[in-house]
Amino acid sequence: MLLAVLSGFILCTLAPWLTRSFGDRAGWLLSLLPAALFIYFLTWIPTIAQGEAVIIHYPWIPGLDINMSFLVDGLSLLFALLISGIGTFIIIYAGGYLHGHKDLPRFYAIMFAFMASMLGLVLSDNIIALFVFWELTSVTSYLLIGFLHEDKDNRWFALQGLLVTVVGGLALLAGLLMLAVAAGGEYTLSGILAAEDIHAYPFYTGMVLAILLGTFTKSAQVPFHFWLPNAMAAPTPVSAFLHSATMVKAGVFLMARLNPSVGGTDLWFYALGIFGALTMLTGSVMALRSTGLKAILAYTTVMALGTLTMLIGIGTEQAIIAAMTFLLAHALYKAALFMLAGALDHETGTKDVTKMGGLRQVMPITFLAACLAALSLAGLPPLFGFIGKELMFEATLGAGGALAAFTSLLALLSAIMIVAMAAVFALRPFTGRRKETPKTPHEAPLSMLIGPVTLATLGLVFGLFGFLPAAALVGPAVAAVYGDPITVELYLWHGINAPLMMSIAAVIAGLVLFAKWDTVLAGFKRLTFIDRFGMERGYEHAMDGLVAVAEWQTRLLQNGSMGNYLTTIVLTIVGLAGWTLLVHTDTPIPLGLFDVNLYEAVVAGLVVVGAVFASVTTSRLGAVATLGIIGFSIALIYVLFSAPDLGTTQIMVETLTVILLVLVLFRLPGFIDYSAPATRIKDAVVAVALGGLMTLLILAVNDVPVAEPISDQLVHWSEPEGHGRNIVNVILVDFRALDTLGEIFVIGLAAIGVYAMIRFRAEDKAQ
Amino acid sequence: MEPLMAFVVGGLFAASIYMMLRRSLVKLVIGLILLSNAANLLIFTVSGMQRGLPPLIAPGDTLPAGGWADPLPQALVLTAIVIGFGVLAFAVVLIHRAYVVVKEDDLEKMRSTDT
Repeated sequence: MLLAVLSGFILCTLAPWLTRSFGDRAGWLLSLLPAALFIYFLTWIPTIAQGEAVIIHYPWIPGLDINMSFLVDGLSLLFALLISGIGTFIIIYAGGYLHGHKDLPRFYAIMFAFMASMLGLVLSDNIIALFVFWELTSVTSYLLIGFLHEDKDNRWFALQGLLVTVVGGLALLAGLLMLAVAAGGEYTLSGILAAEDIHAYPFYTGMVLAILLGTFTKSAQVPFHFWLPNAMAAPTPVSAFLHSATMVKAGVFLMARLNPSVGGTDLWFYALGIFGALTMLTGSVMALRSTGLKAILAYTTVMALGTLTMLIGIGTEQAIIAAMTFLLAHALYKAALFMLAGALDHETGTKDVTKMGGLRQVMPITFLAACLAALSLAGLPPLFGFIGKELMFEATLGAGGALAAFTSLLALLSAIMIVAMAAVFALRPFTGRRKETPKTPHEAPLSMLIGPVTLATLGLVFGLFGFLPAAALVGPAVAAVYGDPITVELYLWHGINAPLMMSIAAVIAGLVLFAKWDTVLAGFKRLTFIDRFGMERGYEHAMDGLVAVAEWQTRLLQNGSMGNYLTTIVLTIVGLAGWTLLVHTDTPIPLGLFDVNLYEAVVAGLVVVGAVFASVTTSRLGAVATLGIIGFSIALIYVLFSAPDLGTTQIMVETLTVILLVLVLFRLPGFIDYSAPATRIKDAVVAVALGGLMTLLILAVNDVPVAEPISDQLVHWSEPEGHGRNIVNVILVDFRALDTLGEIFVIGLAAIGVYAMIRFRAEDKAQ
Repeated sequence: MEPLMAFVVGGLFAASIYMMLRRSLVKLVIGLILLSNAANLLIFTVSGMQRGLPPLIAPGDTLPAGGWADPLPQALVLTAIVIGFGVLAFAVVLIHRAYVVVKEDDLEKMRSTDT
């Protein structure tokens, strides 16, 4: 299992090389990995179909109790199969779609990294690992959306997708950690699902909101839906993959995953039900007013994500069955439709559906596959999509409370529009009068047809033989999401009932809408306010605000004035350390100045007087001379208090310093005081505040009993082991020799720097 | 002695910060020197000051007679003195170089390079 998840990452590093070596055949070759994974996951079906959930452990960071553990149950297996199965076709498809593209190796590398992250996300049992994979999908999808990075818009849209999902990701992390606390420190999904009293967690509302913010941004729910259609900037294979089985479904996956333990409350019910239904309607309306093939599909994806969220929120048995059926159906037809849209775009050179027509004769296979997939999208029998839609109507009617009427009405409205858009997609490009297109169209190559044809056919097979997916895929997934085993039976014919009536109504109304589509489109064109007040404007304002705040605080803190920096740093230190000192010191700090000899006091006084004099003098020479006095006094203090080595070093360094200052300082202008008296007083206050703080700190530290010095052992080793009688020297050149080596290195660097700067001056003069 | 030294170190810190807050390059150098001295004395003071117990071993002995002052902080301060000098030498030449290039001693007027 570990290999299954990580093999994508391994292949990601090899993919560029393989792509270069095998050229045109690389797509077929590389697709072997997801195909093999798909078969591997298929072998799990018999185990999982019996209602078992398997947990596989690999220690990852044992010290922190983070395991690389995988949870294989109906839900994760369904997703794993979709990811690897659709992934196989996408890889083959990309070979045809991006044929000869110079960055194809990079594309495959990112694609495999993305696929592996997605597999990790759905299979992880540990929530920390899940979060890491979650963010990895955000990052890799950013790279994929911005794949054609030479276009400014693409980069902007990629960044938009990344920022929206990553902001949600942060909220999700908080939510997941709270969830772990709520479950009693349980960091595994299996543990959380087994935990009893998550609803009793005092911060339950906050936790749910944080998690939902993460899943809503990822799965493009209103009001965060705007990034998904913009992500269409990606090459079509990416869109097909991201919007059918993966990225955007991650949020749905997590809500479904957490439904048994977190769900079941009013908050969950209404938040998911209302936002899901609104997203569903928004997606349908926006699809209706789009003319680009990919834009239409993107908005129907928004619709599908809304539907899934709504169904999970409703949470009844029918709703969960409907959700999982709809999810599978959607993955199949949406991947097929995207690939077909890409094929049309590839062959005709345009994405605009109003500019295509009469392609039936030239692209018969594409037409056939498009019909099958669009029928499934529209929810017509005998396709699998029909079963999904019937179940959805059944679920909304049985939602309970005020939500039943609300969701049913919205579901019906969006179903009408989706029927119309499915008809637009399947009929507009292929029927009617032939239109001139930028490229002369002919049938797409095999690599670009095998995927959509297979997936569209699967939609038909699953529709006709509903027991196949019911037993193998949907049933176990429903059991995992619902929390209890349920027998799922999927039939095309449910008898004459309300859902069937709604379906028939939707189809008739949808076809009418399709016939009038051009009029509707013209009507929408006049409603420009949608663009002006949409959520995307909100995002732009937020981004502008962020930049403005960054600019403001940079101007405030990083204004280029050395004095400001220093003042800020000093005041921060004084504030934080002073406050801590104030709070944590109970006893008054003792003084005890008495243990001082007269000559010691004189030397100490010299230092202080010298420091004050150096600060206020107007004479450079005076200041340098005072520095010398201070330095030599300090040397005396070292000598008086048992540190002869420090004393000698200090004397030598001090002598050199004075010579250096005299040499250099007198090439600089004299002591000029630029600042006003008020500024000087302010600076003096800041300076004295730090000085006072240091004094208090030393007094406070002095009061604390000193622990046994760690150097005792060094003293004992010095003569017998180090063969030296000056212990300080032995420490420097023996016990801490590496430190000293580093010190020599620093001095050497400084010397090189000084030398270089002096030499440059000589060269300037030579010029 | 330590309480007295606390005030000496505090005074050195105050003087160094005050000098570094001046706008003149030359005063910045003086501030740097004072800061280096203040930090060294700080370490030396808080490690405990003792009179007449240098960590030296007489010939024939294996330990200093009659106790010793902790040698480890001394080793650290020694390193710090030397490094401080290296930094100072570099800073002084750098400041001189900056003055030669921009012909300006007032730090507030050297800001255009930063924005």
